[in-house]
Amino acid sequence: MIEIDGLNVVFGTGPRTVHAARNVSCHVAAGESFGLVGESGSGKSTVLRALSGLNPDWTGRMTVAGEALQRRRPKSFHKRVQMVFQDPYASLHPRHTVDRILLEPLLIHGLDDREQRVLRALDEVGLGPRFRYRFPHQLSGGQRQRVAIARALILEPSVLLLDEPTSSLDVSIQAEILNLLWRLRRERKLTYVLVSHNLAVIAHMCDRLAVMNAGRIVEELDVAALRAGAFTQPYTRQLFEASRGYDRAAADKFVTFD
Amino acid sequence: MAETPGSALQARLGRAYLGWRSFAANPLAMVGLGIVVTLVLIAIAAPLLATHSPLAQDLSNRLQPPSAIHWLGTDELGRDIYSRIIYGARITLMIVGLVAVLVAPIGLLIGTVAGYLGGWIDTVLMRVTDVFLAFPRLILALAFVAALGPGIQNAVIAIALTTWPPYARIARAETLTLRNTDFINAARLQGASAVRIVWRYVVPLCLSSVIVRVTLDMAGIILTAAGLGFLGLGAQPPSPEWGAMISAGRKFILDQWWIATIPGLAICIVSLGFNLLGDGLRDVLDPKQR
Amino acid sequence: MSEPLLTVEDLRVLFPGPHGTVEAVRGVSFTVGREKLGIVGESGSGKSMTGRAILKLVPSPGIVTARRLTFGDVDITAADQRTMRDIRGRRISMVMQDPKFSLNPVMTVGKQIAEAYLVHADASAAAARQRALELLAAVRIRDPERVYDLYPHEVSGGMGQRVMIAMMLVPDPDLLIADEPTSALDVTVQMQVLAIIDDLVMKRGMGLIFISHDLNLVASFCDRILVMYGGRIVESCRAAELHRARHPYTRGLLAALPRFDRPPAELPVLNRDPSWLTGPEVPG
Repeated sequence: MIEIDGLNVVFGTGPRTVHAARNVSCHVAAGESFGLVGESGSGKSTVLRALSGLNPDWTGRMTVAGEALQRRRPKSFHKRVQMVFQDPYASLHPRHTVDRILLEPLLIHGLDDREQRVLRALDEVGLGPRFRYRFPHQLSGGQRQRVAIARALILEPSVLLLDEPTSSLDVSIQAEILNLLWRLRRERKLTYVLVSHNLAVIAHMCDRLAVMNAGRIVEELDVAALRAGAFTQPYTRQLFEASRGYDRAAADKFVTFD
Repeated sequence: MAETPGSALQARLGRAYLGWRSFAANPLAMVGLGIVVTLVLIAIAAPLLATHSPLAQDLSNRLQPPSAIHWLGTDELGRDIYSRIIYGARITLMIVGLVAVLVAPIGLLIGTVAGYLGGWIDTVLMRVTDVFLAFPRLILALAFVAALGPGIQNAVIAIALTTWPPYARIARAETLTLRNTDFINAARLQGASAVRIVWRYVVPLCLSSVIVRVTLDMAGIILTAAGLGFLGLGAQPPSPEWGAMISAGRKFILDQWWIATIPGLAICIVSLGFNLLGDGLRDVLDPKQR
Repeated sequence: MSEPLLTVEDLRVLFPGPHGTVEAVRGVSFTVGREKLGIVGESGSGKSMTGRAILKLVPSPGIVTARRLTFGDVDITAADQRTMRDIRGRRISMVMQDPKFSLNPVMTVGKQIAEAYLVHADASAAAARQRALELLAAVRIRDPERVYDLYPHEVSGGMGQRVMIAMMLVPDPDLLIADEPTSALDVTVQMQVLAIIDDLVMKRGMGLIFISHDLNLVASFCDRILVMYGGRIVESCRAAELHRARHPYTRGLLAALPRFDRPPAELPVLNRDPSWLTGPEVPG
């Protein structure tokens, strides 16, 4: 479904150039859930933003459903690929009601039967019609993220890009949102690309994952291998150890990989 | 005030009501509102409130102090000052209203477009803004008058031309902070055009700052118009414009102080009213409280 | 066990407001000795307010009351501003979440540590600089001389947090309160910073109150854990015995965490029982 080949993203010029993504190549099969895990500055969000079209300055080759991507995306691309952002407080317009937020994509793409679609979208994410005319500041973090998910799914895309969707949420709310995403993927046969710094979340939600560090993919493996501890790269091992909780002896052995 | 509004309109009215409650809790803001509302009512009801015609001259009664017949006295041509103040309110309101209506949309449009699109469009628009910002108001007004002749319309145009740049700057600054927020990114990812994003996402968020700035600027606009009137460049005689009245009253300031002072007081009170209103609006619409 | 450093009994923090009073902390009691105590809770549980109440740093209009709030021989509830200023920094220190917001952006980091030293000790500028360099080395910064002259925006998050720790340890306090000290850091850097805190706490025999939302982290780092919900403590246990926790909220939180050793399936969702808000107070 998604093919990325030799993606390079560079920010800035001269002495302050940052090579955010270096020769990144990976592929995601249709219906698969693929994870990109790494620490800050690893380039995982950069890859997602380049894929979504938010950042037009990239070189390399990317295809979605067989179509090669250009710098500008046609409207049909947005019907097929949608994104859920990290911060639910920032991804909803503060002056738009939930109803308006959900109507916007329908209006942009000229879809009909809008009333039914909005109600259905709210229902699917577990929010009833009584949330329809509330403003974002009247919703909790979990509810806002549900609205963001409803907005992403209302165009019925086949690919969902998730940029740290639960990092800003409490643990109990995170469980609800992860369950929701899990169920929606099964029901609608979606393809997920999930970016997170939390290895446990990735291990829970994804079929396969790629570990990134300093703009490069360090290792690609499937989740069974991760859980069995069968990684080959020392960076992956270090990330795995750190994710399991504090271990004094292990912490001493951590190095900075460049 | 329902917790779960049943329609879009109800949701908006609910928010407006909360905003009003917040505003009404501020006594000075209410004073400002009161003054402005009074000005508007006076202007509307001028024919009912005035005791004499503002233009009727009575040379045998000139330079009279305030009395039972002429509540605020008469000026150098025997015209009733009270009635002239009342009708002058119309002129003041008209000038202020016209300038606001011209200046805010232009500034908002230029600022948001420059801020959102960036690049050479931003540079060009901002340099144009700088050009207009460089003109001192009165000099430009003089230039206009020299070219087109004196009168209220030209005064309004001159004021408007020099007042819009700060609004463009404010709008642009707000747009720059909004440009990279996730909700704008989400709209881009839905395929929204730049026009749609600017008009439906960015402008509503810039409106509060612009409204507050307009209200606070009103005092300055009134004073500039009065200054132009004072110089004889604004409203032409016999029009009862407050600035022109002060100018005419200058000669008599020592013995018949009311001719110049009363229009001066009117200008002062109205400017204060707009300032208090603007401050109150800013407290309610301030982004920190969003 | 030796005499506890801090004793808290029935601590309450209230915020009166136009729509009624909000009770952020509703009757919290615990003691801290020379050990690592973790306070875990989600947002709104009152854990941060508890930490601030101990140092009387609750923002206005908050009101702090307690039946007993003593630090060694000092009664904090009765202490005036002068006594509190003396305690803060010198005997109880606090490290907060994001060094970006806690460090002065226009002063070099070395100078800030030296300043912290000069506030509490009468020494020359040279002695203060020396002490600052020693502390930078103690928090495992490899090149103290170079880092001394850097500004906060020039250092990474992990290094900034280490600088914060150095600053907070300058006056050699007895108790350190750390409010989400590693939440803004990458996971490997987190571990390194925690190792530093661990060493310093052990070496100096300090007490540590570690406030966090990360149950796993607290369970692996601290000696004892208090779980807070709705302004009260609902569970108090030794870290090693967390898996045998009894309160349904704690069990619910543990179950809701995605884990490596569990096959992916629906995570059990926490059902909040309103009775948790009114249950008996658990002393820590």
